[in-house]
Amino acid sequence: MNLRIVRYITGWVIIFEGAFLLFPLITGLCYREYEICKVFALVILICVVCGMLLKGIRRRDLGELYIREGFACVSLSWIALGIFGALPFFISGEIPDYIDAVFEVISGLTTTGASILSDVECLSRASMFWRCFTHWIGGMGVFVFIMAILPMAGARNINLMKAESPGPSVSKFVPKMKDTAKLLYAIYIVITVVCIVSYLLSGMTVYEALTLSFGTVGTGGFGLYNDSMASFTPLQINLMTFFMIISGINYSVYFCIAVFNFKEIFSFEEVRYYLLIILASIVLIAKDILPMYGKINVAFRHSAFQVASIITTSGFSTADFDKWPELSKGIIVLLMIVGACAGSTGGGLKVSRVLILMKGVGREIQSIIHPQRVRKLYLDREPLSDETLRSTNAYAAIYAVILVASALLIAPDGLGLTSNLTAVLATLNNIGPGLKAVGPTQNFGIYSSFSKCVLIFDMLAGRLELFPILILLLPSCWRKY
Amino acid sequence: MNVIIVGCGNVGYALVERLSDEKHNVVVIDKDKKKVDLITDEQDVLGVVGDGINYQVLLKAGIKHTDLLIAVTESDEQNLLCCVMAKRSDKYCRTVARVRNPVYNTETSYLRRELGLALIINPELIAAAEIARKFQYPDSIQVDTFTRGRIELFHLELKEGNPLIGMSVGTIINHFKCHVLICAVQRGRKALIPEFKTMLTEGDELILSATPKDANTFFKRTEINKHPLKSAMIVGGGTIGFYLAYRLSETGVRTKIIESDAERCDFLNERIPKATVINGDGSDEKLLIREGIGGVGAFAALTGIDEENVLLSLFARRVSHANIMTKLRGLNYTDIMERKQLENTIFPGVMTADYIVKYARSMSGSREGNIENIFTLSKSKAKAMEYFIVKPGRATGVPISQLKLKEGIIICSITRNEKLIVPGGRDEMRVGDNVLILTMGEIYNDIEDIVEA
Repeated sequence: MNLRIVRYITGWVIIFEGAFLLFPLITGLCYREYEICKVFALVILICVVCGMLLKGIRRRDLGELYIREGFACVSLSWIALGIFGALPFFISGEIPDYIDAVFEVISGLTTTGASILSDVECLSRASMFWRCFTHWIGGMGVFVFIMAILPMAGARNINLMKAESPGPSVSKFVPKMKDTAKLLYAIYIVITVVCIVSYLLSGMTVYEALTLSFGTVGTGGFGLYNDSMASFTPLQINLMTFFMIISGINYSVYFCIAVFNFKEIFSFEEVRYYLLIILASIVLIAKDILPMYGKINVAFRHSAFQVASIITTSGFSTADFDKWPELSKGIIVLLMIVGACAGSTGGGLKVSRVLILMKGVGREIQSIIHPQRVRKLYLDREPLSDETLRSTNAYAAIYAVILVASALLIAPDGLGLTSNLTAVLATLNNIGPGLKAVGPTQNFGIYSSFSKCVLIFDMLAGRLELFPILILLLPSCWRKY
Repeated sequence: MNVIIVGCGNVGYALVERLSDEKHNVVVIDKDKKKVDLITDEQDVLGVVGDGINYQVLLKAGIKHTDLLIAVTESDEQNLLCCVMAKRSDKYCRTVARVRNPVYNTETSYLRRELGLALIINPELIAAAEIARKFQYPDSIQVDTFTRGRIELFHLELKEGNPLIGMSVGTIINHFKCHVLICAVQRGRKALIPEFKTMLTEGDELILSATPKDANTFFKRTEINKHPLKSAMIVGGGTIGFYLAYRLSETGVRTKIIESDAERCDFLNERIPKATVINGDGSDEKLLIREGIGGVGAFAALTGIDEENVLLSLFARRVSHANIMTKLRGLNYTDIMERKQLENTIFPGVMTADYIVKYARSMSGSREGNIENIFTLSKSKAKAMEYFIVKPGRATGVPISQLKLKEGIIICSITRNEKLIVPGGRDEMRVGDNVLILTMGEIYNDIEDIVEA
């Protein structure tokens, strides 16, 4: 592996994190929290110095960025983001345990929204802002951002994008990587701004609108209050449902809208199924929980919000779905696995992967009846290549292995199978809350430090789609040849 | 500039590499998904899998916003059709097609005009021209090609012993009776517009323009080319071999082609009666020696197999003093090749790509202007620029003698309807003309700019 370029890029990422930390610093200044501002200023300094040292001050020949360097860069950078991003919480003493702080920040960056804090309302405004802002950074991805603004030469930057952007295959909108990255961020910013404005109009304070928009559009899920979203008005909750669903759609759709290519929009099979799954789940759950809430509109509001929150892997909650009937809980666990569309800010297995897997299964069953039948699979009216099919199958297998292995590793904490399994599901799919001990009203603070590390790994693996993080474990990845 | 490249073969790949490096937005189309994946992994371009003559595929590649489409698939007809489709869907899109079948060779300009193509490129022809040039002119003469290969611009220094020293321009024209235009004489830092009585002295640099054939006659008659190529041996009678043999034998070089396929030999003999066609295995050393490789002036290894060409060239190098040219298809192991074992190598795919890129470069500069080509002539700061006049302006329709040209500008030649005009005072520039001018280093983006406002 070419470590020079990995160090260079990771260094830049840490410097960028320092730049991102300016936002909570400004927030702190606005709310006159001078003590915490000092902490943020110190961390910015640490980030810039460490970043500079890592990337090297003199310009040198960096060598090539092949796929393995690309994958390693992305995983290592995300780990570095977590390590440095946790410093403000740790230094200020708001989260005294360093692993807890890393868990909180990684949970933010990977847009999981799982928290170890039992009382989030005691955080300072600046820290809270940073916690929510990590959702926004992690939602679209750090590298997409860096690619959009840094003049990084070389055609192989696509290897960074491949590692970071979600979905079975990376598609560019326009020929140049840099322009694609700019477009992605432009769409992202537009959706965020529209979201902020809508929240403001619905009566939220500026602070609430900003922080919650980051969580909604980045499909994060850190709430501002201990009861997550339960204290908000029905209008605000419906708005949030809408924006979460919007954020879980493949961004290619928005690109088509932006260039007035409306015909193309209907060719996205994945988006159609995504919306169909949402609709079906809302109706089923609403019917199931109707006796609990009495009124049909209330049942639908809770059902829609929870379905949108889980399938986009945000993880906000308006109600304690852990107390819902078994059918609803079952649907919710299934939605956790399915996740949002590829090419969106959401996590999970992705609807397109589920579609490909289902189609593959269908073909296998058919091949028993017609063993010699030749049948190509199609997605979005395009033939699916064997590589995509193969890598999707492998993905599903590895996903299952990680799920089971993680659940076993955290089992010694003695929290019961449902809690453990849903805890892993909630972190691996970047959702946030699970069931029972890690339900919407609970938090992850009950786990031991070792279990937290396992779950941190799960969050990163889920966000980066397994492979980039897994290749770091291979010795051959680090060898020179 | 937005560019679509149809076909990801050798040429396609070389094109993508070059155009993408020059910051153009490139989309590639190929039927083979593997090829597209390979290219999008290596280069910062967008890949579309599909057939380039399919309208839907072209739409997906963004034909509506494309400035240039280059069709370089294996099939000539597909390339032409693809360009026509592109032109129909967006009339501002310029199109370049690779057409290699010699059948179309005589129809090139007709096809280009009627189908609305910007450029038809024949890689084999270009490669053959390049080889012929390397064989025929000494290194002291620098050659640049203008007006799509029809006109060559020669740049030569009058060193001691050159027969032209002491002659006046008028004498040269009257004495040698060649269709050669002496565009400029550069003396020290000054460029002179040559008049009849201008005397040439040692150290002058001459800039001449002529068609390749006339130029060859000129260099022969004036005895500038002291050791003109007299004989050449070509192994491999493929398309390049055919064009090269044709060109060489037309300019009076005794040419021998060795080709193993009997049918092809018949064809070659029919088309190039002046050349000697030998039906035999080119890798047979005895045959080569029997045919006189030892005394040949130039040797070209042009078979379809790279390895064979390399070995042939090494053999020729050992047994003769010929000027050797090796044709290579792939770019593998170029490092080893460069270790001076092979004197001259030629990569037709790369050459085609370079040629198209040169066109694309001049095109992207011609956004506001109409400059087509630009060359810096070595050893002097002089620049030659070629323009294609698209619309009437202050430089057109006026006799050149009445134009107020800016200082240091020389109008070298005008090409109208594929004919070369040596501009006199009464000639004028018209819409549709290709005009070649020479400056002392200034670049004018538009033909308009050469006239004082």
